[in-house]
Amino acid sequence: MIVAEQKPLTEIAENIKDAQKVLVVGCGGCVTVCLSGGQKEVDILATSLRILRKKDGTPIDTATETLERQCDKEYVDKLAEKVQAADCVVSLACGVGVQYLAERYPDKVIIPAQNTKFIGGTTEHGIWEERCALCGECILAQTGGICPIIRCSKSILNGPCGGSQGGKCEVNPDTPCAWTLIYGQLKRQGREAALGEIFPVKDWSKARDGGPRKYVREDVLL
Amino acid sequence: MSTFEPRIIAFCCYYCAYSAADLAGSMRLQYPASIRMIELPCSGKIEHNMLLTAFEEGADGVYVAGCMEGDCHYLKGNIRARKRVEYVKKLLDELGIGGDRLEMFNLSSAMGPRFAEIANEMTERIRALGPSPLNKAHSQTEKDGEDA
Ligand code: SF4
Ligand code: SF4
Repeated sequence: MIVAEQKPLTEIAENIKDAQKVLVVGCGGCVTVCLSGGQKEVDILATSLRILRKKDGTPIDTATETLERQCDKEYVDKLAEKVQAADCVVSLACGVGVQYLAERYPDKVIIPAQNTKFIGGTTEHGIWEERCALCGECILAQTGGICPIIRCSKSILNGPCGGSQGGKCEVNPDTPCAWTLIYGQLKRQGREAALGEIFPVKDWSKARDGGPRKYVREDVLL
Repeated sequence: MSTFEPRIIAFCCYYCAYSAADLAGSMRLQYPASIRMIELPCSGKIEHNMLLTAFEEGADGVYVAGCMEGDCHYLKGNIRARKRVEYVKKLLDELGIGGDRLEMFNLSSAMGPRFAEIANEMTERIRALGPSPLNKAHSQTEKDGEDA
Protein backbone atom coordinates (compact mmCIF):
# COMPACT_ATOMS: atom_id res chain seq x y z
CA MET A 1 0.00 0.00 0.00
CA ILE A 2 0.92 3.65 -0.23
CA VAL A 3 1.80 4.99 3.20
CA ALA A 4 1.09 8.62 3.98
CA GLU A 5 1.32 10.74 7.09
CA GLN A 6 -0.91 13.70 7.80
CA LYS A 7 0.64 17.13 7.49
CA PRO A 8 0.77 19.41 10.53
CA LEU A 9 -2.60 21.05 11.13
CA THR A 10 -1.09 24.51 10.97
CA GLU A 11 0.10 23.89 7.41
CA ILE A 12 -3.33 22.66 6.30
CA ALA A 13 -5.05 25.55 8.09
CA GLU A 14 -2.73 28.09 6.44
CA ASN A 15 -3.58 26.70 3.01
CA ILE A 16 -7.33 27.08 3.54
CA LYS A 17 -7.23 30.41 5.33
CA ASP A 18 -9.32 32.27 2.74
CA ALA A 19 -12.01 29.60 2.48
CA GLN A 20 -15.39 29.56 4.22
CA LYS A 21 -16.72 26.28 2.90
CA VAL A 22 -14.27 23.43 2.95
CA LEU A 23 -14.79 19.96 1.56
CA VAL A 24 -12.59 17.31 3.22
CA VAL A 25 -12.22 14.20 1.07
CA GLY A 26 -10.82 10.92 2.32
CA CYS A 27 -9.87 7.80 0.45
CA GLY A 28 -11.03 4.27 1.21
CA GLY A 29 -7.86 2.74 -0.25
CA CYS A 30 -4.31 2.66 1.03
CA VAL A 31 -4.60 5.63 3.37
CA THR A 32 -7.56 4.06 5.17
CA VAL A 33 -5.41 1.01 5.85
CA CYS A 34 -2.47 3.09 7.08
CA LEU A 35 -4.90 5.03 9.29
CA SER A 36 -4.11 8.47 7.93
CA GLY A 37 -6.81 9.36 5.42
CA GLY A 38 -9.94 7.27 5.85
CA GLN A 39 -13.38 8.22 7.15
CA LYS A 40 -12.21 8.51 10.76
CA GLU A 41 -9.33 10.80 9.92
CA VAL A 42 -11.59 12.86 7.67
CA ASP A 43 -13.95 13.48 10.60
CA ILE A 44 -11.10 14.34 12.97
CA LEU A 45 -9.54 16.75 10.49
CA ALA A 46 -12.86 18.43 9.68
CA THR A 47 -13.67 18.90 13.37
CA SER A 48 -10.15 20.18 14.07
CA LEU A 49 -10.33 22.74 11.26
CA ARG A 50 -13.75 23.94 12.43
CA ILE A 51 -12.48 24.30 16.01
CA LEU A 52 -9.40 26.24 14.86
CA ARG A 53 -11.43 28.64 12.79
CA LYS A 54 -14.17 29.05 15.37
CA LYS A 55 -11.51 29.92 17.92
CA ASP A 56 -10.01 32.47 15.55
CA GLY A 57 -13.42 34.07 15.02
CA THR A 58 -13.60 33.07 11.34
CA PRO A 59 -15.81 29.97 11.44
CA ILE A 60 -16.04 27.65 8.47
CA ASP A 61 -18.54 25.11 7.21
CA THR A 62 -17.18 21.72 6.36
CA ALA A 63 -18.54 18.91 4.25
CA THR A 64 -16.96 15.48 4.18
CA GLU A 65 -16.84 12.49 1.88
CA THR A 66 -14.69 9.41 1.73
CA LEU A 67 -14.43 7.92 -1.74
CA GLU A 68 -13.84 4.27 -2.45
CA ARG A 69 -10.59 5.41 -4.10
CA GLN A 70 -9.39 8.83 -5.16
CA CYS A 71 -7.16 7.46 -7.91
CA ASP A 72 -10.11 6.42 -10.10
CA LYS A 73 -12.02 8.91 -12.24
CA GLU A 74 -15.33 7.10 -11.71
CA TYR A 75 -15.24 7.77 -7.99
CA VAL A 76 -13.85 11.27 -8.26
CA ASP A 77 -16.73 12.16 -10.65
CA LYS A 78 -19.24 11.48 -7.88
CA LEU A 79 -17.94 14.46 -5.93
CA ALA A 80 -19.07 17.07 -8.46
CA GLU A 81 -21.92 18.55 -6.42
CA LYS A 82 -20.00 18.78 -3.19
CA VAL A 83 -16.96 20.27 -4.92
CA GLN A 84 -19.21 22.83 -6.58
CA ALA A 85 -20.53 23.95 -3.20
CA ALA A 86 -17.08 24.30 -1.62
CA ASP A 87 -14.53 27.12 -1.77
CA CYS A 88 -11.70 24.65 -1.58
CA VAL A 89 -11.10 20.94 -1.21
CA VAL A 90 -8.75 19.26 1.24
CA SER A 91 -7.67 15.79 0.17
CA LEU A 92 -6.54 13.12 2.60
CA ALA A 93 -5.50 10.73 -0.18
CA CYS A 94 -1.96 10.16 -1.35
CA GLY A 95 -0.45 12.49 -3.94
CA VAL A 96 -2.17 10.52 -6.69
CA GLY A 97 -5.62 11.18 -5.25
CA VAL A 98 -4.88 14.88 -4.82
CA GLN A 99 -3.86 15.12 -8.48
CA TYR A 100 -6.93 13.23 -9.66
CA LEU A 101 -9.09 15.77 -7.85
CA ALA A 102 -7.07 18.65 -9.27
CA GLU A 103 -7.38 17.29 -12.82
CA ARG A 104 -11.10 16.65 -12.57
CA TYR A 105 -11.92 19.97 -10.87
CA PRO A 106 -9.43 22.44 -12.37
CA ASP A 107 -11.32 25.51 -11.12
CA LYS A 108 -11.03 24.52 -7.48
CA VAL A 109 -8.09 24.89 -5.17
CA ILE A 110 -7.17 21.38 -4.01
CA ILE A 111 -5.06 21.19 -0.86
CA PRO A 112 -3.08 18.08 0.11
CA ALA A 113 -3.42 17.16 3.76
CA GLN A 114 -0.88 14.35 3.61
CA ASN A 115 2.77 13.83 3.01
CA THR A 116 2.94 10.71 0.85
CA LYS A 117 5.88 8.77 2.20
CA PHE A 118 6.46 5.39 0.65
CA ILE A 119 5.01 2.08 -0.41
CA GLY A 120 5.22 -0.60 2.19
CA GLY A 121 3.22 -2.56 4.69
CA THR A 122 2.16 -2.87 8.31
CA THR A 123 4.77 -4.64 10.43
CA GLU A 124 2.68 -4.34 13.58
CA HIS A 125 -0.45 -2.38 14.42
CA GLY A 126 0.58 1.27 14.17
CA ILE A 127 3.92 0.67 12.44
CA TRP A 128 4.49 0.81 8.68
CA GLU A 129 7.72 0.08 6.85
CA GLU A 130 8.95 0.73 3.35
CA ARG A 131 9.39 -2.34 1.19
CA CYS A 132 9.71 -1.34 -2.48
CA ALA A 133 11.32 1.56 -4.32
CA LEU A 134 9.29 1.06 -7.53
CA CYS A 135 12.51 0.48 -9.45
CA GLY A 136 10.60 -0.86 -12.47
CA GLU A 137 12.51 -4.14 -12.79
CA CYS A 138 12.09 -6.40 -9.82
CA ILE A 139 15.00 -8.57 -8.76
CA LEU A 140 13.38 -10.24 -5.76
CA ALA A 141 13.71 -13.67 -7.47
CA GLN A 142 17.48 -13.42 -7.10
CA THR A 143 17.52 -11.93 -3.63
CA GLY A 144 15.36 -14.34 -1.67
CA GLY A 145 12.33 -12.05 -1.65
CA ILE A 146 14.20 -9.28 0.15
CA CYS A 147 14.63 -6.02 -1.72
CA PRO A 148 18.17 -4.63 -1.59
CA ILE A 149 17.14 -1.46 -3.39
CA ILE A 150 14.98 -0.24 -0.55
CA ARG A 151 16.06 -2.28 2.45
CA CYS A 152 19.79 -1.76 1.96
CA SER A 153 20.46 1.82 3.00
CA LYS A 154 22.93 2.18 0.13
CA SER A 155 20.82 0.24 -2.38
CA ILE A 156 23.83 -1.81 -3.36
CA LEU A 157 23.43 -4.90 -5.51
CA ASN A 158 26.50 -6.80 -4.43
CA GLY A 159 26.37 -6.49 -0.68
CA PRO A 160 26.93 -6.48 2.11
CA CYS A 161 29.16 -3.42 2.39
CA GLY A 162 31.96 -3.19 4.93
CA GLY A 163 29.70 -1.49 7.43
CA SER A 164 27.44 -4.48 8.05
CA GLN A 165 27.91 -5.47 11.68
CA GLY A 166 26.26 -8.27 13.59
CA GLY A 167 23.44 -8.36 11.05
CA LYS A 168 22.73 -4.64 11.45
CA CYS A 169 23.17 -1.75 9.06
CA GLU A 170 25.86 0.80 9.87
CA VAL A 171 23.54 3.62 8.85
CA ASN A 172 21.08 2.73 11.61
CA PRO A 173 21.62 -0.04 14.16
CA ASP A 174 17.83 -0.59 14.32
CA THR A 175 17.79 -1.56 10.65
CA PRO A 176 18.68 -5.14 9.76
CA CYS A 177 21.35 -5.38 7.07
CA ALA A 178 19.39 -6.33 3.95
CA TRP A 179 22.30 -8.32 2.60
CA THR A 180 22.62 -10.36 5.81
CA LEU A 181 18.91 -11.12 5.44
CA ILE A 182 19.36 -12.03 1.78
CA TYR A 183 22.29 -14.32 2.55
CA GLY A 184 20.35 -16.01 5.37
CA GLN A 185 17.34 -16.56 3.18
CA LEU A 186 19.29 -17.97 0.23
CA LYS A 187 21.27 -20.23 2.57
CA ARG A 188 18.03 -21.58 4.07
CA GLN A 189 16.98 -22.46 0.54
CA GLY A 190 20.38 -23.90 -0.38
CA ARG A 191 20.87 -21.17 -2.99
CA GLU A 192 23.65 -19.15 -1.38
CA ALA A 193 26.17 -20.16 -4.05
CA ALA A 194 24.25 -17.87 -6.43
CA LEU A 195 25.66 -14.92 -4.52
CA GLY A 196 29.04 -15.76 -6.08
CA GLU A 197 27.71 -14.26 -9.29
CA ILE A 198 28.15 -10.53 -9.63
CA PHE A 199 24.95 -8.58 -10.16
CA PRO A 200 25.33 -6.49 -13.31
CA VAL A 201 24.79 -2.74 -13.13
CA LYS A 202 21.08 -2.13 -12.77
CA ASP A 203 19.19 -0.62 -15.70
CA TRP A 204 17.73 2.47 -14.10
CA SER A 205 16.01 3.54 -17.30
CA LYS A 206 13.09 1.42 -16.05
CA ALA A 207 12.85 3.64 -13.00
CA ARG A 208 12.32 7.37 -12.61
CA ASP A 209 14.93 8.81 -14.95
CA GLY A 210 12.75 9.21 -18.05
CA GLY A 211 9.90 11.30 -16.66
CA PRO A 212 6.56 9.92 -15.48
CA ARG A 213 6.08 6.28 -16.34
CA LYS A 214 3.11 4.84 -18.14
CA TYR A 215 1.75 1.32 -18.38
CA VAL A 216 -0.55 0.39 -21.23
CA ARG A 217 -2.55 -2.78 -21.80
CA GLU A 218 -3.80 -2.75 -25.35
CA ASP A 219 -6.25 -5.61 -24.79
CA VAL A 220 -8.30 -3.72 -22.23
CA LEU A 221 -8.39 -0.33 -23.95
CA LEU A 222 -11.96 0.66 -24.80
CA MET B 1 -14.26 34.50 36.62
CA SER B 2 -15.77 33.67 40.02
CA THR B 3 -19.17 33.09 38.41
CA PHE B 4 -17.76 30.68 35.88
CA GLU B 5 -19.51 27.31 36.05
CA PRO B 6 -17.67 25.00 33.69
CA ARG B 7 -19.46 22.53 31.48
CA ILE B 8 -17.72 19.19 31.75
CA ILE B 9 -18.52 16.07 29.79
CA ALA B 10 -17.65 12.75 31.43
CA PHE B 11 -17.60 9.73 29.17
CA CYS B 12 -18.17 6.91 31.65
CA CYS B 13 -17.74 3.20 31.19
CA TYR B 14 -20.91 1.31 32.14
CA TYR B 15 -18.99 -1.26 34.20
CA CYS B 16 -17.13 1.12 36.49
CA ALA B 17 -17.52 4.89 36.48
CA TYR B 18 -21.20 4.83 35.59
CA SER B 19 -21.97 2.42 38.44
CA ALA B 20 -19.62 4.35 40.73
CA ALA B 21 -21.72 7.44 40.01
CA ASP B 22 -24.82 5.51 41.07
CA LEU B 23 -23.06 4.47 44.23
CA ALA B 24 -21.96 8.03 44.91
CA GLY B 25 -25.63 8.97 44.54
CA SER B 26 -26.89 6.34 46.98
CA MET B 27 -24.14 7.36 49.42
CA ARG B 28 -25.48 10.89 49.12
CA LEU B 29 -22.06 12.19 48.15
CA GLN B 30 -22.04 15.65 46.64
CA TYR B 31 -20.39 16.26 43.32
CA PRO B 32 -20.56 19.34 41.15
CA ALA B 33 -23.50 19.95 38.85
CA SER B 34 -21.02 20.89 36.13
CA ILE B 35 -20.57 17.22 35.18
CA ARG B 36 -22.68 15.80 32.34
CA MET B 37 -22.27 12.05 32.07
CA ILE B 38 -22.41 10.03 28.90
CA GLU B 39 -22.55 6.28 29.32
CA LEU B 40 -20.30 4.12 27.17
CA PRO B 41 -20.43 0.32 26.99
CA CYS B 42 -16.65 0.43 27.56
CA SER B 43 -14.20 3.34 27.77
CA GLY B 44 -12.59 1.81 24.66
CA LYS B 45 -15.68 2.90 22.74
CA ILE B 46 -14.42 6.47 22.87
CA GLU B 47 -13.27 7.91 19.54
CA HIS B 48 -10.95 10.83 18.89
CA ASN B 49 -13.67 12.71 17.09
CA MET B 50 -16.18 12.30 19.96
CA LEU B 51 -13.76 14.03 22.30
CA LEU B 52 -13.12 16.85 19.83
CA THR B 53 -16.83 17.23 19.12
CA ALA B 54 -17.57 17.63 22.83
CA PHE B 55 -15.24 20.65 22.84
CA GLU B 56 -16.62 21.97 19.58
CA GLU B 57 -20.13 21.84 21.00
CA GLY B 58 -19.31 23.78 24.11
CA ALA B 59 -17.52 21.68 26.71
CA ASP B 60 -14.91 23.47 28.83
CA GLY B 61 -13.49 20.17 29.98
CA VAL B 62 -13.88 16.50 29.09
CA TYR B 63 -12.84 13.30 30.77
CA VAL B 64 -13.04 9.62 30.11
CA ALA B 65 -13.45 7.26 33.05
CA GLY B 66 -12.72 3.58 32.60
CA CYS B 67 -12.02 0.56 34.75
CA MET B 68 -8.78 0.04 36.64
CA GLU B 69 -5.98 -1.08 34.34
CA GLY B 70 -6.10 -4.84 34.05
CA ASP B 71 -9.82 -4.95 34.92
CA CYS B 72 -11.41 -3.96 31.60
CA HIS B 73 -14.34 -6.22 30.69
CA TYR B 74 -13.11 -6.12 27.11
CA LEU B 75 -9.50 -6.67 28.19
CA LYS B 76 -7.84 -3.60 26.69
CA GLY B 77 -10.57 -1.02 26.16
CA ASN B 78 -9.31 1.26 28.90
CA ILE B 79 -5.71 1.05 27.66
CA ARG B 80 -6.89 2.04 24.17
CA ALA B 81 -9.01 4.83 25.62
CA ARG B 82 -5.99 6.23 27.46
CA LYS B 83 -3.92 6.22 24.27
CA ARG B 84 -6.65 8.05 22.38
CA VAL B 85 -6.99 10.57 25.18
CA GLU B 86 -3.22 11.19 25.07
CA TYR B 87 -3.39 11.68 21.31
CA VAL B 88 -6.29 14.12 21.51
CA LYS B 89 -4.57 16.04 24.32
CA LYS B 90 -1.75 16.82 21.88
CA LEU B 91 -4.24 17.74 19.21
CA LEU B 92 -6.01 20.11 21.63
CA ASP B 93 -2.67 21.77 22.36
CA GLU B 94 -2.15 22.25 18.63
CA LEU B 95 -5.66 23.66 18.30
CA GLY B 96 -5.04 26.16 21.07
CA ILE B 97 -7.77 24.66 23.30
CA GLY B 98 -5.27 23.07 25.67
CA GLY B 99 -4.67 19.40 26.36
CA ASP B 100 -5.12 19.99 30.12
CA ARG B 101 -8.84 20.25 29.56
CA LEU B 102 -8.99 16.56 28.74
CA GLU B 103 -8.15 13.71 31.11
CA MET B 104 -8.39 9.96 31.53
CA PHE B 105 -9.27 8.40 34.90
CA ASN B 106 -9.45 4.83 36.10
CA LEU B 107 -11.73 3.62 38.88
CA SER B 108 -13.88 0.67 39.84
CA SER B 109 -17.65 0.44 40.35
CA ALA B 110 -17.05 0.22 44.13
CA MET B 111 -15.38 3.63 44.22
CA GLY B 112 -18.31 5.97 44.77
CA PRO B 113 -16.25 8.46 46.81
CA ARG B 114 -13.49 8.41 44.17
CA PHE B 115 -16.09 9.23 41.51
CA ALA B 116 -17.12 12.33 43.45
CA GLU B 117 -13.47 13.21 44.03
CA ILE B 118 -12.66 13.01 40.29
CA ALA B 119 -15.69 15.18 39.51
CA ASN B 120 -14.46 17.77 42.01
CA GLU B 121 -10.87 17.54 40.82
CA MET B 122 -11.84 18.11 37.19
CA THR B 123 -14.23 20.94 38.06
CA GLU B 124 -11.52 22.70 40.05
CA ARG B 125 -9.00 22.22 37.26
CA ILE B 126 -11.32 23.64 34.62
CA ARG B 127 -12.39 26.51 36.87
CA ALA B 128 -8.75 27.43 37.23
CA LEU B 129 -8.21 27.22 33.46
CA GLY B 130 -11.29 29.31 32.75
CA PRO B 131 -13.76 28.85 29.91
CA SER B 132 -12.65 27.04 26.79
CA PRO B 133 -11.35 29.49 24.16
CA LEU B 134 -14.36 28.44 22.08
CA ASN B 135 -16.76 29.57 24.82
CA LYS B 136 -15.07 32.79 25.90
CA ALA B 137 -17.73 35.01 24.35
CA HIS B 138 -20.69 33.67 26.35
CA SER B 139 -18.93 32.40 29.44
CA GLN B 140 -19.76 35.20 31.83
CA THR B 141 -23.49 35.28 31.29
CA GLU B 142 -24.32 31.73 30.46
CA LYS B 143 -26.02 29.56 33.04
CA ASP B 144 -27.03 26.10 32.14
CA GLY B 145 -30.41 25.06 33.52
CA GLU B 146 -29.82 21.34 33.33
CA ASP B 147 -29.92 19.28 36.52
CA ALA B 148 -26.97 17.13 37.47
S1 SF4 C 1 -5.83 7.56 -4.02
FE1 SF4 C 1 -3.89 6.90 -3.21
S2 SF4 C 1 -4.39 6.17 -1.18
FE2 SF4 C 1 -6.29 6.21 -2.32
S3 SF4 C 1 -6.44 4.11 -3.16
FE3 SF4 C 1 -5.49 5.43 -4.69
S4 SF4 C 1 -3.33 5.06 -4.37
FE4 SF4 C 1 -4.31 4.37 -2.52
S1 SF4 D 1 13.66 -4.82 -6.67
FE1 SF4 D 1 12.64 -2.98 -7.38
S2 SF4 D 1 10.49 -3.61 -7.81
FE2 SF4 D 1 11.48 -5.24 -6.58
S3 SF4 D 1 10.91 -4.74 -4.47
FE3 SF4 D 1 12.91 -3.79 -4.87
S4 SF4 D 1 12.48 -1.71 -5.59
FE4 SF4 D 1 10.57 -2.89 -5.68
